[in-house]
Amino acid sequence: MSIKFAVIVFPGSNCDHDAYHAAKHVLGHEAEFIWHKETSLKGADVVILPGGFSYGDYLRTGAIAQFSPVMTAVREFAATGGPLLGICNGFQVLCETRLLPGALLRNKDLKFHCEHVRVRVEQTDTPFTARASVGQVLNLPIAHGEGNYFADEATLTALESSRRIIFRYCDAEGRVTDSANPNGSLRNIAGICSEGRNVVGLMPHPERACESPLGSEDGLVLFDSVVSSLAARGALTA
Amino acid sequence: MSTVDPALLERHGLKPDEYDRIVAALGREPSLTELGMFSVMWSEHCSYKSSRVHLRTLPTKGRRVLQGPGENAGAVDIGDGLAAVFKIESHNHPSFIEPYQGAATGVGGIIRDVFTMGARPVALLNSLRFGPMDGPHGARTRRIVEGVVAGIAGYGNSIGIPTVGGEIVFEEPYTGNPLVNVFCLGLSKADALVKGRADGVGNPVYYVGAKTGRDGIHGATMASAEFDDKSAEKRPAVQVGDPFMEKLLLEACLELMKGDALIGVQDMGAAGLTCATSEMGARSGSGIEIDVQHVPQRESGMTPYEIMLSESQERMLLVFKKGREHEVEAVFEKWDLHAAHVGFVTDDGLLRVKDHGTVVAEMPAKALVDEAPVYDRPMTRPSYLDDVAVFDPASLPETNPQDALLRMLASPTISSKRWVYRQYDHMVRTNTIVLAGMGAGVVRVKGTPRALAMSVDGNGRYCYLDPRRGAMLAVAEAARNVACAGGQPIGATNCLNFGNPERPEIMWQFGEAVRGIGEACRALDVPITGGNVSLYNETDGNAIYPTPVLGVVGLIEDATRVLTRGFRGEGDSIVLLGDTFEELGGSEYLKAIHGQVKGQPPQLDLRKERALIDLLVNAAGDGVLRSAHDCSDGGIAVTLAESTFDTDGVGCEVDLPAAGPRLEGTLFSESASRAVVTVAADGVDALLTMARKAGVPARVIGRTGGSRLRISVDGRLAVEENVRDAEHRWSTAIGANFQRQAS
Repeated sequence: MSIKFAVIVFPGSNCDHDAYHAAKHVLGHEAEFIWHKETSLKGADVVILPGGFSYGDYLRTGAIAQFSPVMTAVREFAATGGPLLGICNGFQVLCETRLLPGALLRNKDLKFHCEHVRVRVEQTDTPFTARASVGQVLNLPIAHGEGNYFADEATLTALESSRRIIFRYCDAEGRVTDSANPNGSLRNIAGICSEGRNVVGLMPHPERACESPLGSEDGLVLFDSVVSSLAARGALTA
Repeated sequence: MSTVDPALLERHGLKPDEYDRIVAALGREPSLTELGMFSVMWSEHCSYKSSRVHLRTLPTKGRRVLQGPGENAGAVDIGDGLAAVFKIESHNHPSFIEPYQGAATGVGGIIRDVFTMGARPVALLNSLRFGPMDGPHGARTRRIVEGVVAGIAGYGNSIGIPTVGGEIVFEEPYTGNPLVNVFCLGLSKADALVKGRADGVGNPVYYVGAKTGRDGIHGATMASAEFDDKSAEKRPAVQVGDPFMEKLLLEACLELMKGDALIGVQDMGAAGLTCATSEMGARSGSGIEIDVQHVPQRESGMTPYEIMLSESQERMLLVFKKGREHEVEAVFEKWDLHAAHVGFVTDDGLLRVKDHGTVVAEMPAKALVDEAPVYDRPMTRPSYLDDVAVFDPASLPETNPQDALLRMLASPTISSKRWVYRQYDHMVRTNTIVLAGMGAGVVRVKGTPRALAMSVDGNGRYCYLDPRRGAMLAVAEAARNVACAGGQPIGATNCLNFGNPERPEIMWQFGEAVRGIGEACRALDVPITGGNVSLYNETDGNAIYPTPVLGVVGLIEDATRVLTRGFRGEGDSIVLLGDTFEELGGSEYLKAIHGQVKGQPPQLDLRKERALIDLLVNAAGDGVLRSAHDCSDGGIAVTLAESTFDTDGVGCEVDLPAAGPRLEGTLFSESASRAVVTVAADGVDALLTMARKAGVPARVIGRTGGSRLRISVDGRLAVEENVRDAEHRWSTAIGANFQRQAS
């Protein structure tokens, strides 16, 4: 059973090829790049907003991308329950677009970090974590200068009570500690989901952790999850 | 005889006799615009006028070489119809004046050189030299280090090309003149390399990318002069980078290159529009006419002189087939880039520049490009060499070898560069199969079973003591490093950083170093496909160490067999390949522990080096080896320590044969042509047999295991340290400099 991934390409996206490679060549699904000036998602089952520096991130990370023509279709896709994943810059775009709450500030030490970190899966009732188990520790790379998740107290409380914090930075044993937090994110938040739970954003790069030569295959669970979620929904076109 | 104002010539960095040559080439006095154009094209930076006679001696041909020196970058055949396109370039002077933008635009420039050839850039490396981070200029140096690293990160991360490796050295001669050398490698179809040509009379010449501003005017001239206390005033000559613009240019150009409308492309780097138009014309033997009124300008009132000399970044010049304008413009429109039709190709061999229809400059393109003066400058062996050559290891005070090793592991040059490479996105594009810091930079080639290993290496201290041998050792080390990853060296690029060539002692260093590179490259069968020369690296009359940096590319046939430096587990046998002699001359031990820069660099037998490299490649390819790490800075003790790091604390127990009366002469000797490899216990015989056939000395020196690093020499215990403790010292040393600064 094959499903179709759409990878949105903004000017300045640079992990678009990586998401495409993971979906198409590693997992064997259909994948298509969608240029930001297009208005249709061309029947995609899953939409990925990839990492990078959309529009150079010159105003604020992700701030300009929300005005791209394709985002109207992306909003509609999300509103109708379609699984939408924002990775790194894609997560920043989702926050700027208000599809997810909060914002991503500069890392606490003001430096870009590229390294493998551990994140703990907090919730499995999203399309991107359905095949993971609660408490599962994933080894995923991060590569960002602005991944410091921030939201006001009320929002954080709401996220907690509605179980919308999906990933937290942790140590190898799954303990959520300050020293395991690479960027100063409040409550060690690495990823969250929307109220409808179908929109997930995270700073780590699962698409960079889908093949053992790259150092980890722990990112596969996000892709496997969305495939089984769609199968369960019977939403597949083929 | 020239009648022109001498002060005007001096401001242009031109000598009176060079002016006379310009008059002769034109048959008349040049206009100011023409004078400016000649001055940048005939600057050392663009014309290689002092280095050319020496560079001609380098080996540039080989069965895999698809493109040698003379184009925007070199290219080698890597099989499956693919080419690796690569080059290294310096941005030393700008990085000293304005570290962030200087380094950032250095990255941008070399990336353009690679994608201009039609290759998608897939890897960056850099070779950096700074002064010490402590001492009287420590605060300034730390600021430069932070700025350079942030600049490299800012540009490379944003454009999405991984920085997969490199080297950094901290030493006094670089205090007032840091070195920033950036290497970029791209992949292309072997039969689709794009050249910087302007063929076909009447074909349109297009300008695309950022608008032209007044930044960087005379950057090439600045890079061709020494520094003094007025250098900060030259800050406007440093360009400002825009990686987002470059990302758009990269994608648009690669998209355009898939079709057949394009004839030639050249980026506007040093000497800007002048260089791009004259070189494209000269290569094809054609001419180019442009009108500067069509050049997109960032500010009003720019003169033709300023437009032709601006070094604003992220600009390209393209020539394509007449009648294909719509097709080309559509691609640029897709990427929101403005392409301007600025001129056309002619057949008169002239570069003609008009301003609103009036000719403001007109000269043979070849005069600018090929007729720059060529100097065979006088060379004198420097007298300091006699003083520094005197060195007797027996004269050194006694040290505790274990303390010495731990101090060296925490010295900035040896210690982990994680603080640096963590700021570089080294994984984007999901090809990086050896993570930064674990050995040579290695990227897989998707769609093939292969991978490419890359290493940039140089040792200024060796070259200061003996430029010829030091340069040979740089070639050998870079080649050995890629071989330790399992890569067969197939091509090289060099970045030659030296002082003022008008001083005969400096010129002698240069000439000797180039001879050494040539000898080593011939012996190791690694042709030079291009590179860059950076002279005048002096501040207030103090030259840097002569620092040739070699970038070597190696081909790994089976990417699954790639090796890193780290021990793979307990119970493996550790084998030392090569012989150790008591060679402490110019060593890291002598410098870091005794504060001396003396003696002779290690001997180098190129036949032995080649045998070692071939053995490493074959044994890695056969799957015999489990890890491999070369012996260089700090000797075998440092090699062994580094092999235990990043392994979750796998230790080792080793006994080395003594190379001399003192433990240090064995532990810290930097004898060349050596590597420490591990093999599974049942693989030892196979490796020893292979080594014997290859003529490489090989000896089992110990086993991996335990949690301690234990090294004996002829049965005498010399080092015993918990791996985790040693690793902590090694991994935190550089970052500690910046925490101190912050507190």
